[in-house]
Amino acid sequence: MTKYRINKTRFVDQTKTVSFTFDGKKYHGFEGDTLASALLSNGIHLIGRSFKYHRPRGIMSCGSEEPNAICQINDNTDLTEPNVRATEIELYEGLKASSQNCWPSLNFDIGGINNLISPFIPAGFYYKTFMWPKSFWKKIYEPLIRLSAGLGKSPTQPDPDIYDHKHEHCDVLVIGGGISGIISAKIAAKNNLKTILIEDKNILGGSTIYQNNKNFIIDNQKSNEWLMNEISELEKLDNLIIKTRTSLAAFHSYNYLLAKENISDHLPIDKKNGSIRQRLWKIRADKVIVAAGAIERPLIFNNNDRPGIILANSVKKYLDFYGVSTGLNNIIFTNNDSAYETAVSLFEKGISVKIVDIRKKSSSNIVKNAEDQGIKIYWNSTVVNTFGYKKIKSIEIMNLSEDGSNVTGNKHKIQCDCLSISGGWTPMVHMHTQSGGKLDFREIDQVFVPTEKSENHINVGSCNGDFELEEIVKNTNNKVKKFLNINEGGFDKISVLCSKESEKKNIWLLPNTISESKTKSFIDFQNDSTAKDIKLALREGFKSIEHVKRYTTTGMATDQGKLSNMHALGIIADTAGVKMGTLGTTTFRPPFTPLTFGAIVGRSVGKFFDIVRKTSIHEWHVQNNAKFENVGQWKRPWYYPINNENLHEAVQRESKAARDSAGILDASTLGKIDIQGSDASEFLNRVYTNAWSKLGIGKCRYGLMLNEDGMVYDDGVTTRLGENHYLMTTTTGGAANVLSKLEDYLQTEWPELDVYLTSVTDHYSTASICGPNSKKILKKLFPNKDFSDEAFPHMSYQDAMIDKIECRIMRISFTGELSYEINVESKYGKSLWENCIVAGEEYKITPYGTETMHLLRAEKGFIIVGQDTDGTMTPIDLQMDWIVSKKKYDFIGKRSLYRSDTMREDRKQLVGLLTDDPNEILEEGAQIVSELDKKPVEMIGHVTSSYFSPNLNKSIALAVVKGGKKMNGQKLIVPMENKNINVTVSDFIFLDKENKRINA
Amino acid sequence: MFVINCPYCGERDQSEFSCGGEAHIVRPKQPTELSDDEWAEYLFMRKNIKGVQFERWNHAHGCRKWFNMVRDTSNDKIHAVYKMGEKPPVI
Ligand SMILES: [Zn+2]
Repeated sequence: MTKYRINKTRFVDQTKTVSFTFDGKKYHGFEGDTLASALLSNGIHLIGRSFKYHRPRGIMSCGSEEPNAICQINDNTDLTEPNVRATEIELYEGLKASSQNCWPSLNFDIGGINNLISPFIPAGFYYKTFMWPKSFWKKIYEPLIRLSAGLGKSPTQPDPDIYDHKHEHCDVLVIGGGISGIISAKIAAKNNLKTILIEDKNILGGSTIYQNNKNFIIDNQKSNEWLMNEISELEKLDNLIIKTRTSLAAFHSYNYLLAKENISDHLPIDKKNGSIRQRLWKIRADKVIVAAGAIERPLIFNNNDRPGIILANSVKKYLDFYGVSTGLNNIIFTNNDSAYETAVSLFEKGISVKIVDIRKKSSSNIVKNAEDQGIKIYWNSTVVNTFGYKKIKSIEIMNLSEDGSNVTGNKHKIQCDCLSISGGWTPMVHMHTQSGGKLDFREIDQVFVPTEKSENHINVGSCNGDFELEEIVKNTNNKVKKFLNINEGGFDKISVLCSKESEKKNIWLLPNTISESKTKSFIDFQNDSTAKDIKLALREGFKSIEHVKRYTTTGMATDQGKLSNMHALGIIADTAGVKMGTLGTTTFRPPFTPLTFGAIVGRSVGKFFDIVRKTSIHEWHVQNNAKFENVGQWKRPWYYPINNENLHEAVQRESKAARDSAGILDASTLGKIDIQGSDASEFLNRVYTNAWSKLGIGKCRYGLMLNEDGMVYDDGVTTRLGENHYLMTTTTGGAANVLSKLEDYLQTEWPELDVYLTSVTDHYSTASICGPNSKKILKKLFPNKDFSDEAFPHMSYQDAMIDKIECRIMRISFTGELSYEINVESKYGKSLWENCIVAGEEYKITPYGTETMHLLRAEKGFIIVGQDTDGTMTPIDLQMDWIVSKKKYDFIGKRSLYRSDTMREDRKQLVGLLTDDPNEILEEGAQIVSELDKKPVEMIGHVTSSYFSPNLNKSIALAVVKGGKKMNGQKLIVPMENKNINVTVSDFIFLDKENKRINA
Repeated sequence: MFVINCPYCGERDQSEFSCGGEAHIVRPKQPTELSDDEWAEYLFMRKNIKGVQFERWNHAHGCRKWFNMVRDTSNDKIHAVYKMGEKPPVI
């Protein structure tokens, strides 16, 4: 055993040695240790440097509140993780930990110079200092700040670990496995309620499990012995799930809670392999019992941050739970009774201990116990300074004045190697407030306690402000009985004896002889904010606690101010002369402790990140070298390069082929909605701008859909399959939204219409063949079909068969060419496509992708909703007046077309643009101006689509320009970074204005 | 995250639903006869109450039915759900 491992306990197995390294040096601990207890057993207190002043810092606590002892784990591997609290990580064989925030080394740190110049780094320093000169920003300030900002190092490789999510439902969820949580869980489970108990440590029992003191007796047993028996009984209950190593992350409304379970973090690296690292539980509980406990407060005095200054109850836990003494010459500095348990425990193990107490006296049993044992107590005293650079060596104390606002008498120096501090306890009200609960301020011991309002959750034990063992046990029993409507609690006749605190005294900022500006009384240890910073913020006019917090960064570090928030509030209240309860608190936001990104994301990584939709023809595209484009969740062929063609070259070839002979496009992704019912025609009349009643069966019509505000929402061709049966197509990206919108109107505005909508997008695959030779290819595919213009005109549909496969053929065109779309059930899609390719071989049928489709339609001036429109374009703006029915009484968006704003003549309107240099291709999104001299230069529009057209042998573009309708022939300028491009406004139909090609 | 009692399916997680804003705004039967101001009132003006609010909700990842809900936006308590066309309850 090492010099500091002075005690044997049942929680650490001292027969099982575990080796680990810290800053490259090898040490030993035991199974059951945390990294912190193992380091302390080796006499190591100095763990890191503070964030701003780079002051040496040591382990201060034993739990999630730890501000100082944060480490980088497994540095230089893909498993590395920064900001791990040494107090929480369980020791395992091969663990590699290193200190953070120091350079070049923990023991010699250059940033420590900040400590010497600290009078010049007050609150708001960064806001005030790096303001000027402006030229210093890029080259001097920013690199400097970046160098010193941030905690630890992020891994550079993808996270190799597996994370999981799981949903769980229960009658009762108990948060916290201390004594009150154990009592609650037992009552619930014994009454046939499905109960889950979660505890963030690896074993149950909280702080009572190591409370080995004769002043705390339950049913004639020491409290720890009694609790041990309760736990073993608990483990036998059937309808109770106990989840240790599981911490609550968030408590949302309607009792929806997130908890993170550590599954393999504590295992040696060779045993972790393949197992899930962490699991995020998503729990919906009928009732929630919060038994989250309390956190011990530090005391705020000059130089209260040295390594070796540790919270008193943590000192007791290291001693009685881990068997490790944090020092051999201890001083306890307290304002309350609880620290006396630590003193007695140290004394009983033969370790030197003295007590400094700010109170004038206390007559409780535990204090008498300490006095009887002859422990020296300095009453009515405070620590005014501490000494020792990398570890505390001594302290100076003085007497307090009558009212405690000042110090009197002489300084008295005492040697020590550990200073245990206790400023009382703060109930963990985070969960309560996250769920929407409110807080009351309790004056007597200066704590915020939950105001019980919810029917669905309660707080029990010390998180509810019950600190004495007797009230914890009895109140928990009574509250849980009432909450769960149970008559017998099972703890109704329990007898509890405990020491009761008689004297209470609290001073948020302890007085000193030296002026405040020369002291370093730390409030937020991790972010290095001091009492002085908070007072400065108040002097500079900040009043709201939320502002003071952000200005001084108090409570904004990775520990979220678990130790600092109360003192910050207290000092603000004292300085401003207001009651603390009136200040409120800062908001407690989830997560309670930091979550890994892995736990948040779970299994949704890699190919599971998002759904990928592929058409039934996808494999053919892959085999034929297609490059794909994401359109919503769909993978669409973008272009099909041959022999190392780039995008431009491939698109020029594909476009030319489609117009000169034949092209084929996979159009399966277009949204398809089957519309049936006796009012189907009336329904279409109301949702499209044009008229539908007179569309003949077997005919197709293009439709434009508006929002109620008159702006273009979607477009597509709809086919009348029968008297009361239509097939609507939508844009690929708009399919789901269009269906939702149609359903909304049907259900809420026009429930009297007899119409049924079914999404059939995935049911059909579509091959679209266009070009002057398309009719010949169709004839080969369907030899018995009459494809003459009389028998099968443009904008009509017919059924046909290939072997036994039923096909719907629509003669419609999005390219301006003679064009047919063949629809088959999806399972036959690939077969249909391959048939088309074979039939088209003699005409060199060319598969083309979305880029060529965009180019071909742009040549014809057909818009793409979402590219040439952006939710601010009316059909009139798009020069599509022809599709807006004047006769129809109403349709969605009609009234808005006559609003004064939509009728303005200077709205942005769709135009064509031709560059003066026909080889210059405009950038999509580029801004358009009419003159450059008048400053500020007015932007009058932007380019929406732009291509080099191989069929016209020049650059063409679509654009929206203010008042563009009347600007035909006008010269405009597209200013780019390096040059101004001269353009001329033109008609937006560039090719075949007479529509001759569709009947070619 | 609420639990919402869909009038068609029963209690389901909020993630299955989407909110459609203020309820009981009826689309005018004769839009052409409204002034610009009257049309704008229907088109744009919505309440955003801190307190009891009547809302439209859609069971988007379920039965896809629209229904109405009375919710207190200050504490997310749901006072009532009822089908489209039914009279709003008095809260
Ligand atoms: Zn439903």
